[in-house]
Amino acid sequence: MLSLQILANGLVLGGLYACIAAGFSLVWGVLNIINILHGSFIVLGGYLAYFAYVKAGVHPFLSILVAAPLFFAIGYLLQRTVINRMIAAPVLLTLSLTFGLDLMLANGMIVAFTADFKKLTLDPPLGLLSLGPIVMPVDRLYAMLFALGLTVLLYVLLARSRVGRAIVAVRMDREAAALMGVNVKRVYAVTFGLGTLMAGAAGPLLVMIFPISPLSGPAFLGKAFVICVLGGLGSVPGAMIGGLALGVVESFGALWFGPEHAVTLSFTLLILVLLFRPTGLLGRKGYE
Amino acid sequence: MKRSALLGLALLGLVALLPLSGDAYWLRLGTTMLMYGVLAMSWNFIGGMAGYPSFASAAFFGLGAYAGAVAQKFGVPALLAWGLAGAAALVFAALLGVALLRLRGHYFAIASLVVAEVLRELVNAATELTGGGMGLNLPIPQMTSVIAQANFFFYAMLALASITFMAMLLAMHSRLGFGLRCIQQNESAADMLGVNTTLYKVAAFMLSAVFAGAAGAIYASWVHYIEPPDVFDVLYSVKAIVMVLLGGAGSVFGPLFGAAIFLALEELVWRNYLQVHTGVLGLLIVLLVLFLPKGVFSLRWPWHGKKT
Repeated sequence: MLSLQILANGLVLGGLYACIAAGFSLVWGVLNIINILHGSFIVLGGYLAYFAYVKAGVHPFLSILVAAPLFFAIGYLLQRTVINRMIAAPVLLTLSLTFGLDLMLANGMIVAFTADFKKLTLDPPLGLLSLGPIVMPVDRLYAMLFALGLTVLLYVLLARSRVGRAIVAVRMDREAAALMGVNVKRVYAVTFGLGTLMAGAAGPLLVMIFPISPLSGPAFLGKAFVICVLGGLGSVPGAMIGGLALGVVESFGALWFGPEHAVTLSFTLLILVLLFRPTGLLGRKGYE
Repeated sequence: MKRSALLGLALLGLVALLPLSGDAYWLRLGTTMLMYGVLAMSWNFIGGMAGYPSFASAAFFGLGAYAGAVAQKFGVPALLAWGLAGAAALVFAALLGVALLRLRGHYFAIASLVVAEVLRELVNAATELTGGGMGLNLPIPQMTSVIAQANFFFYAMLALASITFMAMLLAMHSRLGFGLRCIQQNESAADMLGVNTTLYKVAAFMLSAVFAGAAGAIYASWVHYIEPPDVFDVLYSVKAIVMVLLGGAGSVFGPLFGAAIFLALEELVWRNYLQVHTGVLGLLIVLLVLFLPKGVFSLRWPWHGKKT
């Protein structure tokens, strides 16, 4: 019975992870850039929701509605002004660039919010939901459903909308897309904006579950990376499968090996998948 | 190439004059500069010569620091402990390299970045051996004065930097350096033409580990106290890369020179903007990547015509 509970915990965690990874995977797949800033954007979104709730009583689910367009704008502008200059540069340079930006953002958040850990606790609490042997805090469940909803929304956007099709086209073949009249520069900026939006929207959900500090970014980033590798690069369903898989693995790993070995476990998993199944669990070809 | 090597030796010679000042502050700066130089030169083996974007410097540095510290905890004398730390990093890199170096590009970069995180977690968990999150104290060497101690660690780091420099010089002018440059330009072609790419890459990775590990061990003895977030700081990896970028990748003189400039910048930032020094450091990195990706030597004075 314990394993059922742990499975449920893992799936709930995995839903949130999927949301973290979807935007990161999109940016990586389309722009061929690893956005180190992604983790800190999540944290920034979390702080936004935290202060909106503590100072003004705005519910975190509502503040996502504000955070989403705001982060899209930030991402769009950042891509247009800075990232775009480095779009075809070697890995080392793009990584160093986003790393430098991340240092600035993290330091800015320390100055603005102090380095203390903050966690948003809903008052009154939403209570617990019991389903047979499984007990689940309701706020956690909502956060997971919200996160999965956002991820599905991103999928629908990519699969159905005009701009989404353009993004997918650029991911598949940049030159061909440009020849078909797709404005590649704009697609890059929109993609980066969407990636940032997903991070900023995941923040409010995560701050309801995990305490965050300005330096929590790298932890989220590491998870996003592992999920991308698990699920295959640049695909939203891949991020979803990878996220759920990582959530379940981490939950059982915490039971078997102790929670202090979470990073070691996911890294081992990462190396194994990279070595034996480099296209990800779904078997799609990665976009190097 | 010869001129570059002479410049490097001259710089090391200049730094070696620092103890004449008899000032502990300058000695500390000098020791730090040499340590940064070792880190930058170490990275140059895998990053500059083979072109693999490694972020593993922090892992090797931290592993060396802890290996040296634990060895000294069991009564091994300092010098031997530093050697053991280098050896530990060497073996670790060999094992890790066989797996990681099959990856390329982004995958290799991030996988190498995570190694330091994993080691930090393991060290944190192994409280019995490493003190875990409480950190580990190291024996303070029996010396007459503060200056004597500062001198001791300065010369230790100077010796290590000189050895690293010589190793880099030798490697560059050997078959290994040639093979690594081939790998950097086109790995598949190099493989096809009979360069044993796996062997060469692993060798470069091991060279990049051994000196960084020894530097970590000397650092640990120098500061007398280490804790996981300090020595496994990912900034060590990033700094190594930035220094090589500053000085120019793949050259002999570049990493040392980059270390000197970087330290000067870092010291200025530290002194003047303590609260926001990582932010200013980030800004420096961004500006460097955007405007000077080929290092300061790519700067041309306006009257020398167009920048290349």
